[in-house]
Amino acid sequence: MSTIEVNGRTVQADAGEMLLAVLRREGISVPTLCHMEGMLPTGACRLCVVEAEGVPGLVPSCAFPVRDGLKVQTHSPRAVQARKTIVELLLANHPDDCLYCARNGDCDLQDMAGELGVRQRRYSGGHWDPKVDLSSPAIVRDPAKCILCGRCVRVCEEVQSVAAIDFVGRGTGARVSPAFHAGLNVSNCVDCGQCIKVCPTGALTEQSRFKAIFDAIHNPAKVVVVQHAPAVSVTIGEQFGLKAGTDVAGVLNATLRRLGFDQVFDTSFSADLTVMEEGSELLARVANGGTLPMFTSCCPAWVDFLEQEYPDMLGHLSSCKSPQQMLGAVVKGWWARQAGVDPANVFMVAVMPCTAKKYEAQLPNMLTDGDPDVDAVITTRELARIIRMRGLDLATTEPEGPDTPFGERSSAGKLFGASGGVMEAAVRTAHFLATGKELDMPRMQAVRGLDGVKEARIDIGGTSVGVAAVSGLANARRLVEEIRAGRSDVQFVEVMACPGGCINGGGQPIRCGKDAIKARMQALYSIDRDAKLRCAHHNEQVKRLYEAFLGAPLGERSHHLLHTTYGARRAEY
Amino acid sequence: MSSAIEEVLNRYGEGGRDQLIPILQAVQEADGHLSRAAVMAVARHLRLPPSKVFGVATFYNQFRFQPKGRFHVQVCRGTACHVKGSAAVLESLKRALKIEAGQTTKDGLFSLEVVACIGACGLAPVIAVNGEFHAGVAPDRVTGILNAYRRRAK
Repeated sequence: MSTIEVNGRTVQADAGEMLLAVLRREGISVPTLCHMEGMLPTGACRLCVVEAEGVPGLVPSCAFPVRDGLKVQTHSPRAVQARKTIVELLLANHPDDCLYCARNGDCDLQDMAGELGVRQRRYSGGHWDPKVDLSSPAIVRDPAKCILCGRCVRVCEEVQSVAAIDFVGRGTGARVSPAFHAGLNVSNCVDCGQCIKVCPTGALTEQSRFKAIFDAIHNPAKVVVVQHAPAVSVTIGEQFGLKAGTDVAGVLNATLRRLGFDQVFDTSFSADLTVMEEGSELLARVANGGTLPMFTSCCPAWVDFLEQEYPDMLGHLSSCKSPQQMLGAVVKGWWARQAGVDPANVFMVAVMPCTAKKYEAQLPNMLTDGDPDVDAVITTRELARIIRMRGLDLATTEPEGPDTPFGERSSAGKLFGASGGVMEAAVRTAHFLATGKELDMPRMQAVRGLDGVKEARIDIGGTSVGVAAVSGLANARRLVEEIRAGRSDVQFVEVMACPGGCINGGGQPIRCGKDAIKARMQALYSIDRDAKLRCAHHNEQVKRLYEAFLGAPLGERSHHLLHTTYGARRAEY
Repeated sequence: MSSAIEEVLNRYGEGGRDQLIPILQAVQEADGHLSRAAVMAVARHLRLPPSKVFGVATFYNQFRFQPKGRFHVQVCRGTACHVKGSAAVLESLKRALKIEAGQTTKDGLFSLEVVACIGACGLAPVIAVNGEFHAGVAPDRVTGILNAYRRRAK
């Protein structure tokens, strides 16, 4: 323990702890643009500088270990002036187009300029007009707005072990870019969007194409169907001032109808469908000596990662399409005809916590008979933008139910939004399918929570099955390497590219702390705890779909609509 | 991959990432520059992401990404040359050759490089073409110097 003095107040700290961590715990706000919780500091932005007694010059608090007796001033005139100057210098060559920027009102740099009272341009740097990289189906990169904080580079390398982008060049010529200044589309980027979530400015944003959606809504010939993913309803409230973890599923249904969507379905329904198919596939693999462990395939960033990095391991990947694609496929392939609609006139929109879903929807193997299963994907953030654009108010909207038949869901399907949830849902159903009995202990504590690697052993009809749920692609890479090296005690592996799963997806609100992610996760667990329908195999509408159309899981129609194939893809760079 | 690059990679064997810069130097020595194929090959060899390798290579002035021209023009931007107006000389060269520093003209005749100091401060501002020094270069002399090399190429 060390005793230090901050702004004249005595404060306890662990010896060697970084000063910034102490300040935050004490509720003292010191701005930063490069700091990332839980990662080693880089000290790149210098905004967190403070005055420390006896130390010449200002010190960056993020990278300054405390020692006993340390005395610091966090808001001395000198420290505040230094911060202001730094922001002014960052603005020297920053575009002045805040009003046109996707991050207007949600931008760290903008906030800081406001808070520090920057009211005029004192410095004017060399202007440059780099090309905006529009090459990726999911992510837009505008280098002009980049302040070189390095957060995206770190999250891509350290959390995801992808390293699609890095610092290129040096000094005033330094940029963040894929190798050879290439576009993201030819890099090894997997479109997870974690870089967008950490970007303090508008340098990284999602590809946003509302026009096709609005055109469809206003075209009387089109039946516009929307689905919303499990993580969206427990998140979007935050964008309208509600407490993190508030479930607004009913209000969301009503709001989507007001926006002009003709049918509102719940992706958790097709998560149940995925569970039926994937659970059956797992049992079939165990029974027939198929490739094990089986990897889940709901996360397109993970599938992309495996196709690029471990093409020799693709046999492990479940052939199931993701819930997003399954719902699109059954809406166009079955529901449309039931509803008397020409499938060609159905326009399917998916609201996802994810940017990689945009990439997934446009893949050639996600077409059924030449037609895309899903026509447009928007993120949680984009939906919030559309709701604001229409001036709708979540607080005064009465909740409504989703449409039948694809509105009914089990809480197992809802769990898909959190890391470990697919595993939990699939195990419940696989146990029932294998033994005809319900799992004794449906709550699998071992695969819950925010840890990046969660493992457990469960008993399915006398067979002990090793399961693992990992999130963050660096964790996935380690597990895949272990399995490749011969590890054989796991039979079923769930992978989500984003740490914590879809609740922390690349399409989720920017600038949310770990507490918000925990709250979203808790909200999903509460929904499961309180639900009557907790297993996919008891979902009446899923059963009906099998009776009326699909036949049995892994049957011929399922195979055609709900399953897919994978192939090795080498990123060009 | 050219056999020259292959030979370099074999020579370095199963090195770790600390071998990156020596390998890049050796590849450039063998190949004259770092081609995309070479960067990709080095990345695969060291199991590093290509973005990392490219990031490191672009950090250092010594690496070039286009083959050298037949005449390699080095412009000194050291202190003495700077004081004597080397910035204008560099601008004049860029305009005359229509390339940036680090690039090579389309006809492959000239390449341009900025160097910190070539140790000929008494001759400032100085440029060197394939090692031949030109002293006290004024911006308006640049075209004449280049034309002399063009004639030599014929």
